[in-house]
Amino acid sequence: MQTLIKNGRVIDPANQLDGAFDILIDNGKIKTIEPRGKISGSKLKNIPVIDAEHCVVAPGFCDMHVHFREPGHEYKETIETGSASAAAGGFSTVAVMPNTCPVNDNRSITELIFSQAKKANLVNVLPIGAITKGLKGKSLSDMGELKEAGCIGYSDDGMPVMDSELMRRAFEYSRMFDLPCIQHSETLDLTRGGCMNEGIVSTELGLKGMPVEAEDIMVFRDICLLRKTGGRLHVAHISSGGAVELVRQAKAKGLPVTCEVAPHHFTLTEEACRNYNTDAKMSPPLRTDEDLELIKEGLSDGTIDIIATDHAPHDVADKQMEFSKACFGIVGLETALPLTLKMVDEKVITLQKAVDLLTHQPCRVFNLDKGTLGIGKDADVVVFNPKTQYIIEPEKFKSRSKNSPYKGWKVRGKILHTLVAGKTVYSACDE
Amino acid sequence: MTLSTKNILGTRELTKNDIQQILDTADSFKEISTRAIKKVPTLRGKTIINLFFEPSTRTRTSFEIAGKRLSADVINISGATSSAVKGENLIDTARNLEAMNPDILVVRHDCSGAVELLSQFVSSPIINAGDGSHEHPSQALLDLLTIRSHKGNLKGLSVAIVGDINHSRVVRSNIRAMQTMGMKVRVVGPPPLIPVEMKRLGVEVSYNLIETIKDVDVIMVLRVQLERQSQGLLSSLREYSNYFCLTSETLAQARDDVLIIHPGPVNRGIEISLDVMRSPRSLILNQVTNGVAVRMALFYLLLGENNANPN
Amino acid sequence: MSSTLLNSKDISRAVSRISHEILERNHGANNIALVGIRTRGAVLSKRLRERIKEIENVTAAHGVLDITLYRDDLAGGNRKPELKKTEIPFALEGKHIILCDDVLFTGRTIRAAIDALMDFGRPSSVQLAVLIDRGHRELPIRPDYVGKNIPAAKSKRVQVLLTEEDGEDGVVIQEPSN
Repeated sequence: MQTLIKNGRVIDPANQLDGAFDILIDNGKIKTIEPRGKISGSKLKNIPVIDAEHCVVAPGFCDMHVHFREPGHEYKETIETGSASAAAGGFSTVAVMPNTCPVNDNRSITELIFSQAKKANLVNVLPIGAITKGLKGKSLSDMGELKEAGCIGYSDDGMPVMDSELMRRAFEYSRMFDLPCIQHSETLDLTRGGCMNEGIVSTELGLKGMPVEAEDIMVFRDICLLRKTGGRLHVAHISSGGAVELVRQAKAKGLPVTCEVAPHHFTLTEEACRNYNTDAKMSPPLRTDEDLELIKEGLSDGTIDIIATDHAPHDVADKQMEFSKACFGIVGLETALPLTLKMVDEKVITLQKAVDLLTHQPCRVFNLDKGTLGIGKDADVVVFNPKTQYIIEPEKFKSRSKNSPYKGWKVRGKILHTLVAGKTVYSACDE
Repeated sequence: MTLSTKNILGTRELTKNDIQQILDTADSFKEISTRAIKKVPTLRGKTIINLFFEPSTRTRTSFEIAGKRLSADVINISGATSSAVKGENLIDTARNLEAMNPDILVVRHDCSGAVELLSQFVSSPIINAGDGSHEHPSQALLDLLTIRSHKGNLKGLSVAIVGDINHSRVVRSNIRAMQTMGMKVRVVGPPPLIPVEMKRLGVEVSYNLIETIKDVDVIMVLRVQLERQSQGLLSSLREYSNYFCLTSETLAQARDDVLIIHPGPVNRGIEISLDVMRSPRSLILNQVTNGVAVRMALFYLLLGENNANPN
Repeated sequence: MSSTLLNSKDISRAVSRISHEILERNHGANNIALVGIRTRGAVLSKRLRERIKEIENVTAAHGVLDITLYRDDLAGGNRKPELKKTEIPFALEGKHIILCDDVLFTGRTIRAAIDALMDFGRPSSVQLAVLIDRGHRELPIRPDYVGKNIPAAKSKRVQVLLTEEDGEDGVVIQEPSN
């Protein structure tokens, strides 16, 4: 079974490739990459061809931070619907957070995730295991068992590990398995009852704020712990300009710290919460223009390692309510590319860097043999037209939930094909 | 006469002209409450629903009296008896009420923004009777009416608001309305009770009561909630009183013609002393009377009449 | 198209005559009170009171009604007539109330005014004085004192101008504008 992708501009940061190349896929693997028009032969006559004229051909995107809600909250999303959403967003690999019900803190849940993903048969779904049992922050989960079952990192995402002693032990113990600890950096005693960034908007709306310092303090604490213990810290969805600076300093000292940013934290500010728009309610909250600028700086100077969506689907009933009671989070998989390309438009990053942040970098941070178009690697490929303009319509999302603050945004950058191991899992032509 | 808005969600949405109309109309309504028969037939056959998700006696009663003096049928639904406790969400409640065709909904809720949310699901006009720490527009309007009745004019007046600025919807509504009417606002209280960003709302911020009240026309004293102590925002009510209680001693530093208002209910001896409360400068009871007139005006302007001329 | 039916002098004469009629019918001014309907009825009631004082040297009680809140054409319309104050600074009990308005037409304003008046107490009687009666009644209401009957077509507009409100005195009749 072969497929030829031709006439496209191939951007493969893992192999420092950018140019007019054709790609031949054979039996789910990348077989050859040759300059445009150079792949030929009589055998190729009858194989499917994807014409990528005017398009970018890149490794399938890798999102290291999504919530697929299964098991437990299948009315918001399932592994199947989440996978379809990922495929539609150009993602071939996603890492699912463990805050399901029950929590992914043991082998049986990890295996369930794999089995459901296999049933869906769309994208690669990689589980992240809990740092603490039940995300309760009381005792460490069996990190060894989780790794053996296939988890690629540890996180209590949504529930930061507040106990510093326990976090220290988590860093120490995780060293044995060489997997990163992913922290949702938020000092909870500063954000109690808060539902948006503390600032002028929360003051005007009369909503309890979550000060940006809550994030900075937690990032700083973890960096301090890490300096003592070793291990690896990956800061999830960085939203604070101050936290970006802390990560920059830690990196300069050679500490094994990495971080990710979600597209909403470089495209939106607290202003989006006006009118009590619960689709702009997320954790960490949307911050200020100042933070936005510092995040962009972090993107352009490489302090921020990867872009991850924090795809957090919520049913309309969980969002259409009092702002302070509504759930945190937005869906992100199907808007990640156009929002990332906005950074290219704004000259914050280059197109190559944008692809890098979505492919090679996440795989580097998580040690995955993905995010590359290297010969012999899995043929996870995305084809997108970076120029196509369209209006974001959440009701058309593949995700089961439609909670997006980007409704009506005019953006550019459209996914045309997503392939996983050579098989087309999404094609705009089918829409 | 036309208001620029269909709902009264906050003073933020009200123009200067709106506020003037409401105050003028309320002025005319004051007289009805002094009659032997305190009732006019204006809203006969209209249904007003007071939907209170948060306990309230004063505000609910004031809206109820206002409605009844205009001959409307006023139905009170309180949080305790509403379906809120049975797990019905706000939107469901709104849709159910909508099906009963009320002419006006008066809503109080403990969450900021809840009334605005509700307004998106009902077609009848809504009056926000207080949502969380966000807005309480009818209170601000009655405060302005009280001030205007005594000062004749609002423009150029300066007001000091004393107390828990952070959690007060009365403050937010008043700041907006007062600024719209060309008044100057200062806030004073202990820093933990004043939002960090307060200055950006165009108000002066101070932590010294006497300095602040020295040359103002009006002092608005806010109620201090006992629970702020358990939340770690206050050391003790005793210490709060030492610095921020309006007593005749502190008041001696203010101008002779200064007016004192308080949205009530008053913690006597904590934020205001008994003698100040009962002094002729205190307009606390006027505020209550004016509250009914302002709420009558809001009802009248939100439904009331069309412009057909009976000549 | 408009034409003047009464000029300033005509109005003044009508006010004088009505004043005399009121005094004659009520045996003086001791028990009467003049209540004008906003806006021009109120002006008229003040003029009547002045005239009565000149004739009898008695200052009759005086009040002003805003009947807006009693109108029967209530609807959910957006534009509201401006509500002004009602001032009845005397007890109605035992008084003969002379209700004053500029034009009597359908009778609906007078119905509203009587209702409003009754909310203030129980007068001995209510009498109606109008400057113009143009007919076309829709309710069983008749005036006790009339300045002038003007049987104009229903579609026409009869307008009373009074110096205090309009800068000049006069009664004009206008064709409908469209």
